[in-house]
Amino acid sequence: MSAIPQLVVSTILLGGIYALIAVGLTLIFGVMRVVNFAHGEFVMLGMYLAFWAFALLALDPYLVLVVSLPVFFLAGFASYGLVMRPVIRESHNVQIFTTVGLSIALQNVALVLWTGDFRFVRPAYYSVVVRLGTTAFNVSQIVAFAVAVLFTAALFAFMRWSYAGKVMRATAQDRQAAALMGIDTDRVYGLTWAIGIVCVGAAGVLLAPLYPVYPTAGLQFVLIAYVVVVLGGLGDMAGALLGSLIVAAVEVIGSYVIGTAWKEVLYFLLFIAVLLVRPAGFFGQRGAEQLGA
Amino acid sequence: MLTVEGLDVAYGDFQVLWEAAMRVGEGEIVCLLGPNGAGKSTLMNTISGLLQPASGRITFLDQRIDGLPSHRTVAEGIAHVLERRRLFPFLTVLDNVLLGAHNPRARPHRAAMLARVEALFPVVRERRSQLAHTLSGGEQQMVAIARGLMARPRLLMIDEPFLGLGPRVVRQIGEIIRRIRDEEGIAVVFIEQNVELALRLADRGYIFESGRTILDGTSAELLQSAEVKRIFLGDVAL
Repeated sequence: MSAIPQLVVSTILLGGIYALIAVGLTLIFGVMRVVNFAHGEFVMLGMYLAFWAFALLALDPYLVLVVSLPVFFLAGFASYGLVMRPVIRESHNVQIFTTVGLSIALQNVALVLWTGDFRFVRPAYYSVVVRLGTTAFNVSQIVAFAVAVLFTAALFAFMRWSYAGKVMRATAQDRQAAALMGIDTDRVYGLTWAIGIVCVGAAGVLLAPLYPVYPTAGLQFVLIAYVVVVLGGLGDMAGALLGSLIVAAVEVIGSYVIGTAWKEVLYFLLFIAVLLVRPAGFFGQRGAEQLGA
Repeated sequence: MLTVEGLDVAYGDFQVLWEAAMRVGEGEIVCLLGPNGAGKSTLMNTISGLLQPASGRITFLDQRIDGLPSHRTVAEGIAHVLERRRLFPFLTVLDNVLLGAHNPRARPHRAAMLARVEALFPVVRERRSQLAHTLSGGEQQMVAIARGLMARPRLLMIDEPFLGLGPRVVRQIGEIIRRIRDEEGIAVVFIEQNVELALRLADRGYIFESGRTILDGTSAELLQSAEVKRIFLGDVAL
């Protein structure tokens, strides 16, 4: 019983990080109808950015976070223009092959440039543990969680209330009608992709002090992000937040009760159950058409 | 103001328009008539840039506009209200209407246009914070036309404005189309299946069959035409 507060705190902290990865994925799907299979590789690039800035320049990951925003925004625009724009009107099959191809290419570029070694970012506060009542947690976890929640909230507010957000939602809901309003839908897709990449790149930077950095480090997170996004309903940002907490709860509680080795089994069982019972996700009754209605 | 000449349009290998031709003068109301699949919507979609023609030319206000993408044709002054209204279902009525003025030519006049559109369509003000998909069909059609007007067009194209609406709403929308022309000086092109209804509202009409423009004339001429009766009623001799 005494473990319950700790389990709750761990769930919330982990859920916040998963949310940041999942929100970028669900945003890109919601607006562009593209499942980005290279999403995890941008987590990996964020982790390497944090690692090299720390190893070479002794920059703190949280300082790098600020720099990473414009860097990933530009990387997002560049990858959209070079890779996604030519296939944006093509079939889903073509788009799946394209993003899977981008994923493999980025993994192997990382492997060639930085080898397959596991690398670690260990700032001075790495081992600082904060105790609160019967719970204990790592400083990096709290910062990652706080920034993730801030990001998710900001993105949610942007989509809901800003004019640009409304333009993006309009494009998501009806691309042709949006074009007839004078909206350049190609530019909207570029912006959406770039914002999604910023979210996931920032998540990578935040994760660097917590997990080892290596060329395929993104895969473990992106698999979770797919589960989260399907749970919440593809394209649904509030659903992504809830889905993140549920997956985190399954992982934390499952690890505690049954054992860490079983956590993937547990949330994939949950994933299969959701696909069988509610294939559109918890809030998915409107279909995947809507985005933060 | 709008001239379409020799327009060929194909979906892949499947050609749907053969040498379509049409002309709209300043302040005219023109209807496009013809059975389903005759190519009327295809013609409209090609004018607004949703489709690209295989050949032919489209001139609007002395400028070639064929090949322009949709977000550019609307800035040139052509607003297109799609079949089945196509509002943004999960945005509010107000947001839908405001997005109508997205193009750079209309954006500076957004507030003034909103006031005018609200005067023409009270439903836009009454339902402003409601999500668009919760409106009735007639209300949605009015919001869709209001959204089109927000672009400050010189030409408004409406694909099947009366589709699925009751007689009272049909009359209302017919009146509004007339007022748009009379009060705002905007030319209107619309698609309709009901010959009587369409020709009573329009000044002129074009009749399409199997992807070709087969007949055109003033509404009075077309209402008299035996050819029109043959196409729409069938030439069954009883």
